[in-house]
Amino acid sequence: MTISDLRNAAVDSGAGSSNAPADAPPSNRPNAKRTWRSYSVYAGLALIFAYCLAPFYWMLVSSLRRTADIFDNTLLPAPFSLENYAKVFDGSTMFGQALLNSLIVAGTTTTFALVLGVFAAYAISRLNFRFKSVILGVIIATSMFPGISVVVPLLRLFTDIGWINTYQAMIVPNLSFAIPLAVWNLTTFMKALPFDLEEAAMIDGCTKWQAFRRVLLPLAAPGVFTTAILTFIHSWNEFIIALSMINDPKIQTATVAISKFTGATEFQAPFGEQMAAGVIVTVPLVIMVLIFQRRIVEGLTAGASK
Amino acid sequence: MTTTTAPPAGAQTGTPHAPGPRKRGNRSPGEGRMATMLLSPTLLVLALVIVYPLLSAVHQSLFRAESGLDADGFVSDVESFVGLANYADLFVGESGRRFLNAFANTTFFTVTTVFLETVLGLCLALAMNRAFRGRSFLRASILVPWAVPTAVSGLLWRWIFQSDGIANTLLGSEILWTAEGNASKLAVIIAEVWKTAPFIGLLVLAGMQVIPGEVYEAARIDGAGWWRQLGSITLPLVKPTLLVAVLFRMLDALRMFDLPFVLIGPGKESVETLSMLAWDESNQLRHGSASAFAVMLFLYVAVVAIVFVKVLGADVTGAKELKLLSKKTARKNRLAANQTQAPADLSTSEQSNSDQKKAEATR
Amino acid sequence: MRQRRHSWQALLATTASLTVAAVALTGCGGTATEEKSTPKAAAASFEGKGPINYVSNRDASGAANKSIEEWNAAHPEEKVTFIELPDSADQQRQQLIQNAQIKSDTFSVLNLDVVWTSEFAANKWILPLPADAVPTDKMIPATVNAATYRDSLVGAPDYTDGALFYFRSDLLKAAGIAAPPKTWDEMKTACKAILALPEAAGMSCYTGQFDKNEALTVNFSEAVASAGGTVVDADGKPTVNTPEAKEGLNLLVNGFKDGMFPSDAITYLEEQGRRAFQEGKLVFMRNWPFLHASLSATDGSSQVAGKFDITSIPGTDGPGVSTLGGRSLAISPFTPNKATALEFVKFFTSEEQAQKRLALSSRAPVYASLFEDPAVVAKRPFFPTLLTSLNNAQPRPKVVQYGATTKAIQEEAYAAITGAKDTDMALKDMQAKLTELTK
Repeated sequence: MTISDLRNAAVDSGAGSSNAPADAPPSNRPNAKRTWRSYSVYAGLALIFAYCLAPFYWMLVSSLRRTADIFDNTLLPAPFSLENYAKVFDGSTMFGQALLNSLIVAGTTTTFALVLGVFAAYAISRLNFRFKSVILGVIIATSMFPGISVVVPLLRLFTDIGWINTYQAMIVPNLSFAIPLAVWNLTTFMKALPFDLEEAAMIDGCTKWQAFRRVLLPLAAPGVFTTAILTFIHSWNEFIIALSMINDPKIQTATVAISKFTGATEFQAPFGEQMAAGVIVTVPLVIMVLIFQRRIVEGLTAGASK
Repeated sequence: MTTTTAPPAGAQTGTPHAPGPRKRGNRSPGEGRMATMLLSPTLLVLALVIVYPLLSAVHQSLFRAESGLDADGFVSDVESFVGLANYADLFVGESGRRFLNAFANTTFFTVTTVFLETVLGLCLALAMNRAFRGRSFLRASILVPWAVPTAVSGLLWRWIFQSDGIANTLLGSEILWTAEGNASKLAVIIAEVWKTAPFIGLLVLAGMQVIPGEVYEAARIDGAGWWRQLGSITLPLVKPTLLVAVLFRMLDALRMFDLPFVLIGPGKESVETLSMLAWDESNQLRHGSASAFAVMLFLYVAVVAIVFVKVLGADVTGAKELKLLSKKTARKNRLAANQTQAPADLSTSEQSNSDQKKAEATR
Repeated sequence: MRQRRHSWQALLATTASLTVAAVALTGCGGTATEEKSTPKAAAASFEGKGPINYVSNRDASGAANKSIEEWNAAHPEEKVTFIELPDSADQQRQQLIQNAQIKSDTFSVLNLDVVWTSEFAANKWILPLPADAVPTDKMIPATVNAATYRDSLVGAPDYTDGALFYFRSDLLKAAGIAAPPKTWDEMKTACKAILALPEAAGMSCYTGQFDKNEALTVNFSEAVASAGGTVVDADGKPTVNTPEAKEGLNLLVNGFKDGMFPSDAITYLEEQGRRAFQEGKLVFMRNWPFLHASLSATDGSSQVAGKFDITSIPGTDGPGVSTLGGRSLAISPFTPNKATALEFVKFFTSEEQAQKRLALSSRAPVYASLFEDPAVVAKRPFFPTLLTSLNNAQPRPKVVQYGATTKAIQEEAYAAITGAKDTDMALKDMQAKLTELTK
């Protein structure tokens, strides 16, 4: 078993998976034994499904009610109305632009966090150097300070360096919460992977970089894509920094735009609009997850098949 | 059972796990330089975004604005150095009571929500990991709660839990969830667990993917049932990932702010957390004590994290392994590694894993 | 030249108000005044023209945007950009304070809630306005009072709000009650008669807003004022240890105890109350004018359309005293273009613009004359009642540390109405907290 065999196997199964659904490690019950137990498993799955989606369903239903009967408790919206969705996109809130901005900020944050995270995780899991645990400690320490307390100092700093109303004023702070997770998660992943594979690759004539790129990275793909999803969602939902650093509606993100929704009059909560916007901002994430989740379980094949 | 699972499991969970065979015991200067290169951008970003605010909070926490107004009715802009008085004041009188209450709430929420999230997250991961039709849809739907922006989900739950909301309608109860009292604590826990269990679920799912299918195969041949496999293969092997997930959830839960704030409202003592207290102090322009709260919270989180890593997760940081290395006990290390891992082990199992995948895919 | 004149007037006005303040305060060490007066006078000279930013909560009706467009068309060199803040008042205040603390010049003209006035003025985050900046004599006195800090006008009143007492006129009639109750006792009697009616089965008598929120401060202040008391007196000293304050708080405490209020009213904000009333669960309700329109809706969403009416809130001996809401415009000392900012404030809060906005917006103007315009009243039948309410209105406690003050009030009042503390204890603790905050 050499590394090239492994790579070939990886590429093979990568090609194979393009026309057949990927599958998890084997299911643990014999096919013949489809008894009450398998039904109870499905019941359990249905329960999980319901728990995750029921509140979201309520959000969806609420968003489809008229403002006048927003407080109804009927399980279906009656009368059905798209009024809230129309209001979200009526132009005065620039919600379309805000979605695009969220995409830019979250996308850039995710990319940078992954690149920096992969570098750092590689260094920590594969290289020998001093103060390793101190550095890991420092990295995670940044996740320990209450988020609300960094706002004012950062606002002062970014005002001084002219970063107000720029994307980097959101991206850089977002990185500070994305990187610790990326580094820690990827480090555990890389540590879990045997060092021998890379060594074998290097014996095969690969450079250190090639061994990293072709062997380690593909194997760590479940970790990378998981981190990507979590980071993206976290940045997508960030609010207080984006609110404080940005006052130009052309650059504001979706969560900030939502906070500016206003009821028809003072004291009237724009609940329907907020729920509609909540549905709208969640949908791209679900699509992204649908795309990425295969990569998580294809792990081995994902990177290599590129 | 033991014979089949021991080698790979040991490889993953043993103290100097997986990358055991470090052939070189000494650091080479080149590696140090490379590590510096690889790590410096990360450290630079973190320094910019966190170190500056942290230092500024520590500095601020040592000062206090003059109380009262001057003759013209203006607030004095003089701040005087008060040493640790802001910290000392956290523990006495009315503010001491609030601090202890918030401290207790924070701890209570962290323990309960992280525990429930871990259990539920594991269930979610196991569910997502099963092969069945419509699995990708299940995966996406499980992540929906995590994808809903916190502020929006806070509002959503507030409406669900209001006195004539859907929760009371379905339960046929008349519980005042958003008023002071234990019901409000429960409301926060339900909403928080709903929102964040998928985080743990997804991370653990990824961890499960690295487990070679062969291990299960062997266990099954040995006649190990589902529970047995879960206890002696899945859990030990996902432990490193699970610990990272739990650690990060803990750090977040300890700093919980938005959800109780939006769902129950500011100033409700039943759900007031340390972050909310820090916010409240700064909202009332008492920046000295607000910073003191923030620094105390930071220290508390740090202590919890350190204890967690020390007690449960030597292999979270790999600190133990590093210590061994730095003590130049490379020989011992190598010995241990050789005992726990046959080099080709994992690659063969990966191979068979992907073979198996192919087999299942074509089935 | 015009510019110079304003500067002069500003200087004069400021000096005058300073002198008044100094004279008033000689007893407690007026020597510091002179040193302090220099920066204040300099700051109050409104110079510099150019583009500015107007920062405010959003105006869903689009009326504010129309005014700004009109200004921008006439002043291409001094364009005003509208920076919208979040809907939540807490978040608005937080953004305004953050920017003031770092002395950012981003926010030029601020739209402030009346209760933030003292805090912003005392922290020098807004400038005192020249005396002639706004036609205060035409405005409802309470709104001018709310925008004044220590005898100097620091904000130009923009719009206002006051409490209305909503009642089910159909049920009153059915119970044979001729006029709506003017006092709490009359309300109780009326309720007894109405709730005995078969069509009123399952209804509750009254609600206000009692969740632990700014709205509780409003309802508490109104109860105390309606009983003839004050929360904070004219000198800024707390007065909740008085018999009047006790009587006021007891109105609310007993309301819950006697079952006059629905028990879930301790979770009510404006919207929950509206919903309960709209669904026909309440006979009486204290609320703001904004929901008059939704209660009158005839699209089937309101079960009380045409069945309710409004009057002033009840008191103990006669009509009660409303708390004042609303907003005013103020100028940041950190903006370089103060002359433009002042001109814009004058323009925006002028009677002409207020009238134009009235066509679109449901926000109540601060000009008394607009309430009596027959064309306006035809569209907003509640305006005459609201004017009475506003003429009678009291500001919420005018204190610098408003955030801490309102929190102390909410905490103690909430403890009293939920029965966690008795009235005496709650008021004693409230008095102690407020004394600490206003010393």
